[in-house]
Amino acid sequence: MPVFLINVNGEQARVDTEPRTSLLTVLRNDLGLKAAKFGCGQTLCGACTVWVDDRPVYACDLPVEAVGDGKVRTLESLGTESAPHPLQRAFVEGQAGQCGYCLPGIIMRAAAFLRDHPAPSRAEVAEALDPNLCRCGSQQRIVNAVLNAATEAAR
Amino acid sequence: MTLSPSLAANPLISSWLTIRADGTVTLRVGKAELGQGIHTALAQIAVTELGLSPDQLVVAPLSTAASPDEGFTAGSLSTQVSGAAVRAVGAAARRLFIEAAARRAAVPASSLTVVDGAIRTPEGEIVGSYSSLAAEVNLDVDTAGAVPAGAVPLAERPARSDLTRIDLPDKVFGRPRFIQDMELPGMVHARVIRPPLLRATLADIPEERLAGLPPAAWMVRDGDFLAVLADREEVADADAARLRGSAKWEPADDLPEESRLTSWLRDQRSETSVLAAGERGRPAPPGTRVSASYSRGLIAHASIATSCALARFDGRLLEVWSHTQGIFPLRAAIADALGLDKSDVVVYHVEGAGCYGHNPADDVAFDAALLACRTGGRAVRVLWDRAAELGSGPLASAMTADVTAVLGPDGSVRDWTYDVWSNGYNGRPGYAGNPGLLANGYRRGGRALPPSVDPPLASGLGSGRNAVPAYTVGSPRVATHRLLSMPIRTSAIRSLGAHFNVFAIESFMDELAAASGVDPLAFRLARLDDERARAVLLAAADAAGWGQPPGAADTGLGLGYARYKNTGAYCAAAAEVEARESVRVRRLVLAVDVGQVVNRDGVRNQIEGGAIQAASWTLKEQVRFGPDGITSLSWETYPVLRFSETPQVDVVVIGRPGYPSLGAGECTAGPVAGAIANGLFAAIGVRARTLPLTDQNVLRAIGLDPPEAVIP
Repeated sequence: MPVFLINVNGEQARVDTEPRTSLLTVLRNDLGLKAAKFGCGQTLCGACTVWVDDRPVYACDLPVEAVGDGKVRTLESLGTESAPHPLQRAFVEGQAGQCGYCLPGIIMRAAAFLRDHPAPSRAEVAEALDPNLCRCGSQQRIVNAVLNAATEAAR
Repeated sequence: MTLSPSLAANPLISSWLTIRADGTVTLRVGKAELGQGIHTALAQIAVTELGLSPDQLVVAPLSTAASPDEGFTAGSLSTQVSGAAVRAVGAAARRLFIEAAARRAAVPASSLTVVDGAIRTPEGEIVGSYSSLAAEVNLDVDTAGAVPAGAVPLAERPARSDLTRIDLPDKVFGRPRFIQDMELPGMVHARVIRPPLLRATLADIPEERLAGLPPAAWMVRDGDFLAVLADREEVADADAARLRGSAKWEPADDLPEESRLTSWLRDQRSETSVLAAGERGRPAPPGTRVSASYSRGLIAHASIATSCALARFDGRLLEVWSHTQGIFPLRAAIADALGLDKSDVVVYHVEGAGCYGHNPADDVAFDAALLACRTGGRAVRVLWDRAAELGSGPLASAMTADVTAVLGPDGSVRDWTYDVWSNGYNGRPGYAGNPGLLANGYRRGGRALPPSVDPPLASGLGSGRNAVPAYTVGSPRVATHRLLSMPIRTSAIRSLGAHFNVFAIESFMDELAAASGVDPLAFRLARLDDERARAVLLAAADAAGWGQPPGAADTGLGLGYARYKNTGAYCAAAAEVEARESVRVRRLVLAVDVGQVVNRDGVRNQIEGGAIQAASWTLKEQVRFGPDGITSLSWETYPVLRFSETPQVDVVVIGRPGYPSLGAGECTAGPVAGAIANGLFAAIGVRARTLPLTDQNVLRAIGLDPPEAVIP
């Protein structure tokens, strides 16, 4: 099988797989990074959202051969419990989630959005998150958490 | 207080609690964490009763090898049933430890208290602790024997301040926690190739396909059950896709025509259950007869994850890891289907995504169990794809109902009759004396899935859930007609029949109010005797600004009310609905009474989530099908509510300290549906009687169909 060298969370990783294998499969199965989730495999739910070169992408539909020298970032690199990203702190403080399966993708999309839109309106946050689905009905808490994180970051 | 059924089945304290010499306490429960936060609520009850700090207690993951059997985690009963058991067990254990400390210190037990696990005198002297007494206190005793009758009613003990969700940090920081994240050493990845219909036979797999399987993948076939296995997941995926394209299936069932679904439901052979007998044979009372028919399509659970399971068989012991709602019933069903002894099967619960009822969790667990018997001891991981998740799992049945009543000259409502047609709402594993596992119907010698049935009255009914109105309407006659055939597989979804029945009843109440020329709130209040019902209705109306002019053109406010199962939580909803290009809900106000609140934010979270999901069902969701099977197999063809479509949700919780706690997860479904339909009527004067309120269904309600409410 061909070998791919990809940059994930600041480190070079070597993966032996077929060129069409999705980045999501490589992250989860070859690199043991389980934060990004499989939800549909069709870029329709956003559960697999990660960053490539700081932009949110659907990892389920991105062949590993297309990653090239793009810098991949996953939720694992965003923050830790002792040093959380403002979004992670806001999601825990706001208890923004029920089952939580959608959260890794939503937090990654929201983090990219807040970087470019540091003081968004409620409607702008909701629209920015529309590529991601939440089935438990936590949308209101999630939007509140993103708005709270923006406020905190602006302090 | 009546004994919790969970405690009756598992009376020993030691079934629930292990207290170790290092002071840590393990709580074992039989109710599964489904994303609803139940383990947080039960932990809160336990630390309150035991007098522990939250970090002194862990909730053990469920397994059939160690957990108390509490049946299914369903029906909004976990806080009520498991909560009552944990409360009693915690109080009993606390008492035994206090008594042991009192004996040691030669002080009266009644003077001692427990704070953060330390047992103290009124002067603050520590005379023992859970850790120091763990070795001498025997917990292999009956809980009831340790709590004397006449003790302070358990529900009166004040709760500690709310715990935050114990599972959320893992999810927010991306740590593996879900079953989909789990790996076993040397495991193989499997994909199942399913027919497009519930009943079909595998006619042909072209021989060249068999020869063409790469050496990295192999196939397992048992009758009409077909799977591919591979060391690498992407290989299993690619091969499953190829095999799906070439496998030929013979359908064994005719599906109804989608456009005739409502009349099809009424035309099938069905079993009638009379839930309320009415006053048959009496002459119709004087007044005006009002009639209407309502309907709803099928709904999918549509979990955000696809179902997953792992299994391993060493030739004697079969281990299964599953996100099932019932580890014990699943174990029994798997053992039954595979001809194994129950004691040779262990089911471990691992969290999955929210399931909202009987989704494919059990089916995929059996897929894994079946395949694990064919891999020479290697562990198997099975993951369903999105199409199977939306099309091969159980669905919520389509429903249709006729309602009539007579409006008397004195304003009374009499001669209420309600007939509802539906497939059954329970096909869970083992429920109808059949393993009830999808793959078992395809195996050689397996048993096909029987038509799903309805739970009995004691469990809150199924298609008849909340079909009996809560209002004073004379002696209503209410009957369900459960279909005896099931070409499209149905089973339990959050609230079972209550979503549709409350939609129909609450719509009809508004139609009666309109026919009477009475305000819908006043019309309801005049027919509700229960003070707790009136309180939630008034609270929702008040918070929503009932009676004030609408804030914008083409918007209106609608109400809905029900007491879940007629015995559970009280819930009223007010919906502010806007009808321009499409129907949009701008705001939902929920007022609920769940008895004594265990975890205030947990209740609010469940109410918000239930309301938003119910809005999604009501506005958008409809399973589509054609002659070849289900066609709504992706998020494009089965759309759910997105962020920008989500209404503002406000929750009013009416606290009832000292009253039994009632589940909060399902009570919103019906009231929200009724409130939205009534809000649409208030906005533009259109009475939509078919859910979902898609553009197509609303347009039909506007013009293509004549109004069905006939006032002669």
